[in-house]
Amino acid sequence: MPIESVNDFVVRFANVNGSGSASANELFARSVLRMGVPVSPRNIFPSNIQGLPTWYEVRVTEADHLGARGGVDLMVAMNPQTWDKDVASIEPGGYLFYDSTKPMPPSRFRADITVIGMPLTEICNREYSDPRQRQLFKNIIYVGALSALLNMDVNEIEKLIGEQFKSKEKLIAPNIHALHLGRDFALQNLKCPIGLQVRRADKVGDRIFIEGNSASALGAVYGGATVCAWYPITPSSSLAEAFSRHCARLRVDPETKENRFAIVQAEDEIAAVGMVIGAGWNGARAFTATSGPGISLMQEFLGLAYFAEIPSVIIDVQRGGPSTGMPTRTQQSDLLLCAYASHGDTKHVMLFPEDPAEAFDFTALSFDLAERLQTPIFVMLDLDIGMNHRLSRPLAWDDARRYDRGKVMTAAELEAGKDFGRYLDVDNDGIPFRTYPGTHPTRGSFFTRGTSRDRYARYTEEGGPYVDNMQRLLKKFETAKGLVPRPVRRNADKPGRFGIIYYGSTSPAMDEAHDMLIAQGIALDLLRVRGFPFHHDVAEFAGAHDAVFVVEQNRDAQLRTLLVNELNLDPAKILPVLQFDGTPITARFIARAIGDHLDSRKVVPLHKVVS
Amino acid sequence: MTYIVKPRFHHPALPKNALGYTHRDYEGSVSTLCAGCGHDSISAAIIQACFELNIEPHRVAKLSGIGCSSKTPTYFLGQSHGFNSVHGRMPSVMTGANLANRELIYLGVSGDGDTASIGLGQFAHLIRRGVNMTYIVENNGVYGLTKGQFSATADRGSKSKRGAINADSSIDLVAMALQLGATFVGRSFSGDKKQLVPLIMAAIEHKGAAFLDVISPCVAFNNHPGSTKSFDHVREHNEAVNRLDFISGRSPIAVDYEPGAVEIVEQHDGSKIALRKLDGDYDVHDRRGATNFLLERAAAGEIVTGLLYVEPDGEELHDNLKTVKKPLNTLGERELCPGSGALDKFNASLR
Repeated sequence: MPIESVNDFVVRFANVNGSGSASANELFARSVLRMGVPVSPRNIFPSNIQGLPTWYEVRVTEADHLGARGGVDLMVAMNPQTWDKDVASIEPGGYLFYDSTKPMPPSRFRADITVIGMPLTEICNREYSDPRQRQLFKNIIYVGALSALLNMDVNEIEKLIGEQFKSKEKLIAPNIHALHLGRDFALQNLKCPIGLQVRRADKVGDRIFIEGNSASALGAVYGGATVCAWYPITPSSSLAEAFSRHCARLRVDPETKENRFAIVQAEDEIAAVGMVIGAGWNGARAFTATSGPGISLMQEFLGLAYFAEIPSVIIDVQRGGPSTGMPTRTQQSDLLLCAYASHGDTKHVMLFPEDPAEAFDFTALSFDLAERLQTPIFVMLDLDIGMNHRLSRPLAWDDARRYDRGKVMTAAELEAGKDFGRYLDVDNDGIPFRTYPGTHPTRGSFFTRGTSRDRYARYTEEGGPYVDNMQRLLKKFETAKGLVPRPVRRNADKPGRFGIIYYGSTSPAMDEAHDMLIAQGIALDLLRVRGFPFHHDVAEFAGAHDAVFVVEQNRDAQLRTLLVNELNLDPAKILPVLQFDGTPITARFIARAIGDHLDSRKVVPLHKVVS
Repeated sequence: MTYIVKPRFHHPALPKNALGYTHRDYEGSVSTLCAGCGHDSISAAIIQACFELNIEPHRVAKLSGIGCSSKTPTYFLGQSHGFNSVHGRMPSVMTGANLANRELIYLGVSGDGDTASIGLGQFAHLIRRGVNMTYIVENNGVYGLTKGQFSATADRGSKSKRGAINADSSIDLVAMALQLGATFVGRSFSGDKKQLVPLIMAAIEHKGAAFLDVISPCVAFNNHPGSTKSFDHVREHNEAVNRLDFISGRSPIAVDYEPGAVEIVEQHDGSKIALRKLDGDYDVHDRRGATNFLLERAAAGEIVTGLLYVEPDGEELHDNLKTVKKPLNTLGERELCPGSGALDKFNASLR
């Protein structure tokens, strides 16, 4: 039976990298949004510029399930290279849309799906003579055909084309022409609509459609970052580039046209973090954006920033590791690398945003935390959040908010004779005062070094002062627990024996899995961890349950390791649920893994207990 | 060594500079380097240069990497903030510091191991970016702190104290700095205070990346016959192209050199360098000529010293980045945060 579904299905576009399909596919996704129906698109792309297979997946979801679902209901198969796999991935009863210009033997199709052929190449060749136009307009033509097949409002697509080419007006008419070429052909020659349909709804609200990297970069602008040093690496390059764009728009002095920011593309990640540390030492808010391999290179400097207590922000857009790993696939596999970065005893602060809105909030916050705690702060993004458009609550800023510049002793305080010891714990929170270079002619200068020193920053190799300093750093880490974003807890209707801990980009899939589990009569308490070191609520949550599932996207259960290690939890009670194949985690996977586990424990589902 | 403290007492008749500071105000703590180390002479030259330039010590930021030379910032300018970073990475920390506050005077001290080996990449990129700073390499051709291994600036064929012969080609940092676009390049010798002090003064006043290679014999591991970085060898093979005098923009010009042999170079801030030419044909404004001259003399076994190249109106990193005149570290919410209105507009563009 062909799948019948309104506002709840997955369309996947199989294209060739560099063929201009990306903007047409995005146009399709935005058109659904404009009809008031939430979508969640994902790029699945190779580490390549031109010629290799690339996919764009659009989950149409009135129920607001923004995580990846898995499976494909409608395949738009535009890449002969991947044909067999693409056809095989369609759900039974699903649909295949393809370019039928060149006949295909029946053996290349499936009996249990609906096949919709349209001679796209033939139409293009008839209409256009320029090869480039044939290629580009083919994409718009299939969007036009889909609008008919899925019963979409063509006016919304036309409006979007108008907005897209606002500054290149002469491109509007030819694009709209191509759109109708496809739409009219489908209406006249194909059965429209198919079982999958988009129906106007009102479920998008005031939400925005944005990539996490862009939101995070804007968070750096709002958070007062003035220095950005970076080295190109997928999937973080678009973050530094977005910072450049935002700054060009928002940070140029209107009168002098001079920049209130400095962006340096460094020679490598080591130099990038070195510049961040130099700028942080000298009182500017500075950050770098990188991915796992970059963090590996930065290790020595990160230890210096920890030990010499220099504010710095490192945004890690995580990808598949180890080594070069899967540069264009997503994972949450840098937690241990960042938490304990560098040789010797170190611990670092990490933040785990779940979506673009939190990427904005947490990036802005990271600069306050870095200066308050005088230490590196890691913002743990990943490719799934960073490089995909996500429907997200609008970004918000309170104009009354003031930057927390931390404990900086001023020239006036020094002049008044206030005692300055760079590593003196004056407030019993482990955080000492610092001075900016050049503050006072005779007071407050000190030597910053990675070697051991006493409370007044004087070099020493004696055991006592060394231990004193290392203990103070631990105390400071304790202080950080109260400053990082608190975990978000959602309790089941009734108290249960089991809980789930999750974080970051797993969020939307977890929400959906939670609904699926409830439908199966399994009710669990949820805790979304948003920062490291763990807030006391996390230990409390773990202690309140017989067992806690920790859902994450890496092989080695890295958050679980941190939970067991830092909170001294019983490993037998902390159960890993792990997906790490590079694709975003799905609700189906989580619900199945947890359901199976509970079955094996022979837990009687709640509804059976109740009935 | 925390127990070594210099006495606060000093003679009331010590000469003072225009700011009323004495030499002592530019000193740091007692050096812990070997007695007779060339590096201590360079520290003394830095102290003298800052004293004569009437620099407020706290307006200098001194940065270094790791090694004997990188320890020296502790021994001068005790009222300046110092940063002893990680091995070979002073240039990146320096670049970041300079971006944060363009108003301070930046002094980077490094060694031949720190700059020519582990830090060669960062050195190159700092120079090509034109970071406004003075970069001094205290070059002894040897790893001192780890007890005498060859460094990358050791000449091919030179002999270590233990008798090993260096078979690798040496890196000439001066030639590299010229090639990489440094706008001020000089070489000197730690034992030649008369040449070194004005060179450091001119480098500090220079706008842009100023590079100084200072040969500084290691008395412990590289001052024996067979070493090309020993006191004797350098003295015998030193080919100075010029002697210079530095005249700050704030003081009247008084040059006691014979006319004809003297060239006055005026820098962007009005300060002047008076060059007494020792080699009649040598032109300090000819980057290619300087490179050729270096190679020629090196082939003859000579070490060229003096001011080798200067571009008085060079551009620096902040010019290229078009940053505001006010130091970035002084900007607050008003200048940096676009506010909720701009954010609402941005949100609206994403629907």
